[in-house]
Amino acid sequence: MQERYSRQILFDGIGEEGQQNLQKKHVLIVGAGALGTGNAEILTRAGVGRITIVDRDYVEVSNLQRQQLYTEHDANDRIPKSVAAQKRLREINPDVEVDGKIMDVTVEEIDQLVSNVDLIIDATDNFDIRFLINDVAQKHRIPWIYGGCVSSYGLSFTILPGETPCLNCLLETIPLGGATCDTVGVIAPAVQMVVAYQSAEAMKILVEDFEAVRRKLVSFDLWKNEQSAIDVSRLKKEGCPSCGTSQTYPYLSYENQTKTAVLCGRNTVQIRPPKKVNRDLNALVTQLENQGGAIEQNPFLVSYQSEDRRVVFFKDGRVLIHGMKDIVEAKKIYHQLLG
Amino acid sequence: MVIHVNGEQRELSNDIQTVSDLLNHFELANKKIIVELNANIVDSSQHEEITVQDGDRVELVHFVGGG
Repeated sequence: MQERYSRQILFDGIGEEGQQNLQKKHVLIVGAGALGTGNAEILTRAGVGRITIVDRDYVEVSNLQRQQLYTEHDANDRIPKSVAAQKRLREINPDVEVDGKIMDVTVEEIDQLVSNVDLIIDATDNFDIRFLINDVAQKHRIPWIYGGCVSSYGLSFTILPGETPCLNCLLETIPLGGATCDTVGVIAPAVQMVVAYQSAEAMKILVEDFEAVRRKLVSFDLWKNEQSAIDVSRLKKEGCPSCGTSQTYPYLSYENQTKTAVLCGRNTVQIRPPKKVNRDLNALVTQLENQGGAIEQNPFLVSYQSEDRRVVFFKDGRVLIHGMKDIVEAKKIYHQLLG
Repeated sequence: MVIHVNGEQRELSNDIQTVSDLLNHFELANKKIIVELNANIVDSSQHEEITVQDGDRVELVHFVGGG
């Protein structure tokens, strides 16, 4: 069976012992978009013991240019990303225990998600969730690997609790606005470059070769032919509320959570009920049939199209309102349809 | 003035004097950014005071959310 991994066992940095370590480890990948699918495929092929991959969204045709686990079939059927990813990853390597979860990760879910996890890979598309990951990783002393990319640019940094500065040290506040895949697009090579940095760091941590971990903040622009690596260790702050001497983990408190979000690259608003619900999709379909418009249903969600507006209802209560970025307008539609 | 930005040589107008001017020139002024000047990180509070000179090596890393 180890024949499958023979080429990476031959590699000095991993070897037999490293491979055995890999097979005992559990990785949490938050997000199953471009970075999530790339990292998940590499780690699945590498034979990591267990991979949990979570995502709140479903596959769309505009994802296929860069999100490597998905097919046109997944987009046509609007399959939730974590479901499509789990299926493909299990086909690639049945040795790996893959668990795909349809989930919008907030403070309510994150504590449970990280239990028995050895490493968290950030494959998200916003800083609200990254600050949540940053705090929970510090609280449970779990390494995590930040990655981000837009257009032809990307960057990555590995955060080791107790050693490196954390994301809060580097940024101090959650960045607002800025370029997104929505406004400036993204090319697949930029994604793959970040995936290469993140997955190599992941392998070092999983085989417990901590000396090999990159301590610098690395960035590149593949179109402008630029690259950079900065030693940011001086930015570690003793007074940091996330990783300093008196930690309060501010982003794990409920008041700091966002209940509505504009999804990156999607021209879509997500609305999440204050409490988790188990939506009765059949009853919802009956209710929507009275409104006119086209309805499609699968076991995970209901999609409702009326004129130029599409609204998607997930079983866990979340609603995606497509064709807008205005949260107030989106809430209006939400309440128009659901009362 | 010629400086090295992220490994690439750039010819810049002499009107650019401070780190802030440099960030404005590259349209990075409103972003979350870490600036390294000749292997030293420049505190964001000092961007308007620290000047850049001919031959300097600058690394500019800004944070993005996409993924």
